[in-house]
Amino acid sequence: MTLLAVERIKLFSTRSPWWCMLAALAVTCGFTALITGTSGDDYPVSVQTTQFASNFGLMVILVMAALAVTTEYRFGTIRATFQAVPNRTAVLLAKTGVVALLAGVVGEVVAFASWGIGKVMRPSADLALNSAADWRHVAGVGLVFAVGAVLAVAVGTLVRHTAGAVTLLLVWALLVETLLSALPTVGEKIQPWLPFNAASNFMLMGGTPPPGASVVSQPYGPWGALAYFTGVAAAGLVITIVVANRRDA
Amino acid sequence: MIEAVGLTKRYGRTVAVDNLSFTVKPGRVTGFLGPNGAGKSTTMRMILGLDRPDAGQVRIDGKTYHQLDRPLRTVGALLDAKWVHPNRSARAHLRWLARSNGLPNRRVGEVLELVGLTSVADRRAGGFSLGMSQRLGIAAALLGDPQILLFDEPVNGLDPEGIHWIRQLMKRLAAEGRTVFVSSHLLSEMAQTAQDLVVVGRGRLIAQCTTAEFVDTASETSVRVRSPQLDRLREVLLRKGYALHVEPGVDGNALVVTGSVTSEQVGEIAAEQDVVLHELSVRRGSLEEAFMRLTGDSVEYRTDGQGPAGPAAAGSEDLMVAGGVNR
Amino acid sequence: MSVLGAERIKLFSTKSPWWSSLATVVFVVGFGMIFLLTTASLVREDGPAVPFRVGVSTTQQGIFFGQMVILVMAALAITTEYRFNTIKTTFQAIPGRTSVMLSKALIIGLLAAVLGEIAAFASWGLGRLLVTDFDLTIRTADQWRQVAGAGLVFAITAIIGLAVGALTRHTAGAVTALLVWAMLGEQLIGAIPRVGDKIQPWLPFNAGGHFLGVGPNQNEGAQTGTDLPYNAWGAVAYFAGVAVVLFLVAVLVVNRRDA
Ligand SMILES: Nc1ncnc2c1ncn2[C@@H]1O[C@H](COP(=O)(O)OP(=O)(O)OP(=O)(O)O)[C@@H](O)[C@H]1O
Ligand SMILES: [Mg+2]
Repeated sequence: MTLLAVERIKLFSTRSPWWCMLAALAVTCGFTALITGTSGDDYPVSVQTTQFASNFGLMVILVMAALAVTTEYRFGTIRATFQAVPNRTAVLLAKTGVVALLAGVVGEVVAFASWGIGKVMRPSADLALNSAADWRHVAGVGLVFAVGAVLAVAVGTLVRHTAGAVTLLLVWALLVETLLSALPTVGEKIQPWLPFNAASNFMLMGGTPPPGASVVSQPYGPWGALAYFTGVAAAGLVITIVVANRRDA
Repeated sequence: MIEAVGLTKRYGRTVAVDNLSFTVKPGRVTGFLGPNGAGKSTTMRMILGLDRPDAGQVRIDGKTYHQLDRPLRTVGALLDAKWVHPNRSARAHLRWLARSNGLPNRRVGEVLELVGLTSVADRRAGGFSLGMSQRLGIAAALLGDPQILLFDEPVNGLDPEGIHWIRQLMKRLAAEGRTVFVSSHLLSEMAQTAQDLVVVGRGRLIAQCTTAEFVDTASETSVRVRSPQLDRLREVLLRKGYALHVEPGVDGNALVVTGSVTSEQVGEIAAEQDVVLHELSVRRGSLEEAFMRLTGDSVEYRTDGQGPAGPAAAGSEDLMVAGGVNR
Repeated sequence: MSVLGAERIKLFSTKSPWWSSLATVVFVVGFGMIFLLTTASLVREDGPAVPFRVGVSTTQQGIFFGQMVILVMAALAITTEYRFNTIKTTFQAIPGRTSVMLSKALIIGLLAAVLGEIAAFASWGLGRLLVTDFDLTIRTADQWRQVAGAGLVFAITAIIGLAVGALTRHTAGAVTALLVWAMLGEQLIGAIPRVGDKIQPWLPFNAGGHFLGVGPNQNEGAQTGTDLPYNAWGAVAYFAGVAVVLFLVAVLVVNRRDA
């Protein structure tokens, strides 16, 4: 418990998490407003379209989570941390827990705010959360943010270098996965097993896809997709903990 | 020669430097003295054109920093020894600096030799100890063989040998006719190196004078007398309005007369009264304490428009005795 | 000239430009080859029925990757100066901040251009070695542009990275803004109902990609050029224009504020 408190204090006493949270909320909601505003009869607003921009928030949250560790390495505070609490596994778990929780909360706020924007701007559109799938489309965003944060903490700890970790995460999530899925023939087969693709599959499966998204049959159901994404993140975390325990702080 | 006129710098609501004017002359070490947060580093950054003054200006040999062609040949500065890319070697750091001002590459080797870093020149600067970083910073300052040198708290974190080395270096540079401007928050440090002082507190000028003058005016003097007729002398002095107290010591009790008093005055009074004196000595209060008294109340001091604070309160007298330095 | 020399020493005396250079070339060539080989095998099996063609530009599909690394490298070239406060030392040595910024732009732009040419021609050359049953000879002016144009696009990309780095002065902030914009922002804006299509040509990285005929929104054989408001050279001119404007703003801001 104390460890959690320590990590919470550390996280909130610097400025970058606040900036990231603000950016995640502002960019996502702003973009949702833009989409909702330009929608019309030919492009009706659905529950899913209100979450169309959640990827913006996810990227910013990945950066926030990676920074939570890389800045500790940059400023050498990680040494102070490991000196105060020699149990590195506990430290990393606490840090991951706090960051993931925060990411989850930000995700829910972003998701419901975006949904709310849709509701307010298009009161006539069918935005009621009727089905379990509807709920998953919105509330699922928080889960994806939380798991994504775990993955980002793992990458940040392994790389220990801000620019490197951020570039790796963003280029992987936004470019490598897109390009790999776009490969002729094999792309479709690889696509479900790319972690961030699995995450968006979890959020989007079922219901009417937003404009531009193609529907591909998946080897798993939505919860299977999330389980896979979580599995990847957990594996990353385990590797990180092993490595962090081995090397010099 | 550095001339600052009416320098003012605000950061939001903090006034870091407030209408500061002073001149720094060549051929001498000028100390820039003030407590933490007095605005010394800010002033130095403005001298170097790094921060823009909100008002006023500072000129170097009559030019602003931006008008200097190849400024490292005119002004060398060590503001913060950690302003080095940690993954760049010491030699590479000096090499790009040299190149930027068209200085020959051999200067790099020369200054490295001068500061004694030749053997570690190719190691990454991030792994340097504080002393080594400081030496690298000094090497960078000396690179252009400039006539004007600025050092911001150069002895911070150095070992005695390093401190001695820097002091000697600064004196030597001044003796060569250069302008040397060094900041510090320790008056005792400045007393050992600087001939002139620019004293600031809360961003304002408190004094610009020679170190000796500052020490004379700023530090409280008192006169200590020992006499077999101590009670008689005490009565007379009290009647004449002098502030004093009795100080017990190994050689018997002594009187300490404080306030604006000279040993001549006390001696003459004693002679008038035929009082035998066993000791008559002047002593100066702690420089640090005097400095704190001046800079700590700098605002009050400025509005009074008087000279350095008059007879001190009893509290600070005790301080003075406790931390006193006999001269 | 001396300012240029100083910036050159500065850039190459740390490790990150070397790593970035290596990463640029490896990623461009690596992904280009993966794409080329899978496309080629598909076309071999299924013949002309598939919506893909194998040509010179198929070897260049990794270019966008390299562009992202260039963005990061260029931003780092200035944000690390702020992080380690060497920017103060720099402006102390060279008070003319405009000339510092121009030198940086020139050095980093030149490096990016060289890397672009190396990466593009390496992709093309390796592609020709690996895939011999398709015609990968560079013949037309368009094909020359698609390969040799990489250097120009990379140089412009570097200027944008530098400008954003100078404006934010913060590594993570600059890198996030640049990458999220280039990889996600432009995609999503292009997907906005109705107006997206009209805005898309005016999104800078889209325009740059159009010049090379690569990027997430481009594909060999996809008829992108028809309803665009510019031709390939117009696209790159627009991309360069955005870079110049950003850079001018950055220079102005750098001159105004405290170091
Ligand atoms: N970049 C800045 N932003 C905001 N405030 C600043 C900045 N630089 C200095 N200050 C403020 O200006 C005042 C003067 O600071 P400065 O660093 O110049 O003092 P100093 O005399 O060098 O102190 P020290 O002896 O501790 O080095 C301080 O109150 C400080 O907080
Ligand atoms: Mg200071």
